[in-house]
Amino acid sequence: MIIEGTAVMVEGDNVDTDVLYPGSWLNIDDPDAMKPYLFEGLDPSIRDRLEPSCVLVVGDNFGSGSSREHVPLAMKAWGVGCVLGHSFARIFHRNCINLGLPVVTSPQAAAAAVSGQRIRIDTDAGAIEVSGERYEIAPLPQFMTEMIDSGGLVEWVRARLQR
Amino acid sequence: MALTLTEKILLAHTDRDELTPGEVVLVRCDVVMANDVSGPVAFRAMRKMGAERVFDPSKVVMVADHFMPAKDARSAGLQKSLKDWSDAQGVTYYGQGRGGIEHTLLAEEGWVTPGIVLAGGDSHTCTHGALGAFGTGLGSTDIAACLALGEFWQAVPETILVRLSGSRAKYVTGKDVILAVIERIGVAGGTNQVLEFSGEGAAGLSMDERLAVANMAIEAGAETGLFAADEVTAAYLEGRARRAWTAEASDPGAHFSDVLEIDLSALGPLISKPHSPGNVVPVADITGTKIDQVYIGNCSNGTMTDLRQTAEMLRGHKVHADTRAIIVPATQDIYLQAMAEGLLEVFIEAGAIVSTPTCGACFGGHNGVMGPGENALTTTNRNFKGRMGSGEAGVFLANAYVAAAAAVAGEIVEPRA
Repeated sequence: MIIEGTAVMVEGDNVDTDVLYPGSWLNIDDPDAMKPYLFEGLDPSIRDRLEPSCVLVVGDNFGSGSSREHVPLAMKAWGVGCVLGHSFARIFHRNCINLGLPVVTSPQAAAAAVSGQRIRIDTDAGAIEVSGERYEIAPLPQFMTEMIDSGGLVEWVRARLQR
Repeated sequence: MALTLTEKILLAHTDRDELTPGEVVLVRCDVVMANDVSGPVAFRAMRKMGAERVFDPSKVVMVADHFMPAKDARSAGLQKSLKDWSDAQGVTYYGQGRGGIEHTLLAEEGWVTPGIVLAGGDSHTCTHGALGAFGTGLGSTDIAACLALGEFWQAVPETILVRLSGSRAKYVTGKDVILAVIERIGVAGGTNQVLEFSGEGAAGLSMDERLAVANMAIEAGAETGLFAADEVTAAYLEGRARRAWTAEASDPGAHFSDVLEIDLSALGPLISKPHSPGNVVPVADITGTKIDQVYIGNCSNGTMTDLRQTAEMLRGHKVHADTRAIIVPATQDIYLQAMAEGLLEVFIEAGAIVSTPTCGACFGGHNGVMGPGENALTTTNRNFKGRMGSGEAGVFLANAYVAAAAAVAGEIVEPRA
């Protein structure tokens, strides 16, 4: 899969899911209705910079705290193409993979990213291009690759139930 | 081969003969839980999966606790969706007036026994490690897969052994133990790993305190916070456990990714300052900080132990005129027991309010959220910016003695008799 989009920077380390999607709007279960609250506790102006297939560039331990899937659901609803970061908290990371939202851990590539520049990710070749530089992406375990290739956990389970 | 307790539990829940750290395996669930926030999102995903029925209704539990009682029409809709779905699937549902905060409730109701795997649509599902179970928090799509297949994917984690030695001073509780751990390893120090607590200091923690310790394992990024089952576990489960169980422990010679030694006798009461649970200092360092609201409750510290500690500090005193206090028993049974022991009277006479069990203001949902410029001192587990309402409010995390003492003083003080 090739993902190509503009870098949108989300500054800071240990950015938690509470600031990414504050608790008072957790009583929404429709992903489209979650969109207006993404980044609300961190910096609502980030929403203005989102565009289809953009690449969110994030710091260390991104998505820590609550398991609320509202965060990656709202990101998908906005059309975010990929999240590229230094490192990720476990539940946020697996939520992205389950939803088929590509998530790439590469401290070097994330550090090289510049707001507004194009980022190109080739998941098959395991490479990411930032500002003309190419970085390798560590391969994912086979199960995760299979699940992502099938379109996420929903499709993976659907296929298994039909077998 | 010598195995950790986590490896033993996971091995018993896969089709594998051996496990290698980091490899991804499918793990079978003994209990699948969700709430009024994670459940309805999971039901949508389950429908898209084409799954009509849950894998085993006897292993599924739904708890309405986050926006309980409903704060608005939308929240009421979520709770209705949770109940209607539960009724249609024939699974256990704990609704208004019937349960309480999911983690305290599931332990209390005997759903959790040593050696089981519990998948919960809530990050604080790590609480169940207190009973020697692999309880772990998952998102809603994962929970949908658990409901449909009874399985989730899991990278086999390594274990950090936390050895607790020494005896604790008065006013030092399970809360301080876990804050000390987070202070040492940081908020991401346990990522993709399990914390396992051992040693005489672990043996000396009551089940309520173990629940408080395990509950905040996620605040160090860990998958769960394990205590191997012992006499304390057995006594707690007597007349409560829903299934037979056997005690397991890590083998001598098992590999640990790190070993942390904590001398409990050197600990004083600790406090996490805004806006990170890892921002831990001794309470003594920040005495005098004005507190607008004290909140005692939540899935880490809303137990009888916490309520008794609170009463010890409030009995015969008044909550400071410039401070509000909210006390939230974690379950209906705890609420009743606190009433039987006369604690509710102590709280109300002191000028605190006592709330029905709810996640409430802990996550900024409702029922006592904070305004701009205010400080809260709570027994909860997270103090992220905006966690309890306004992004301009500060949240301090500490044990119930410290919180109740601050309610009386109107500011952070060292708890004293």
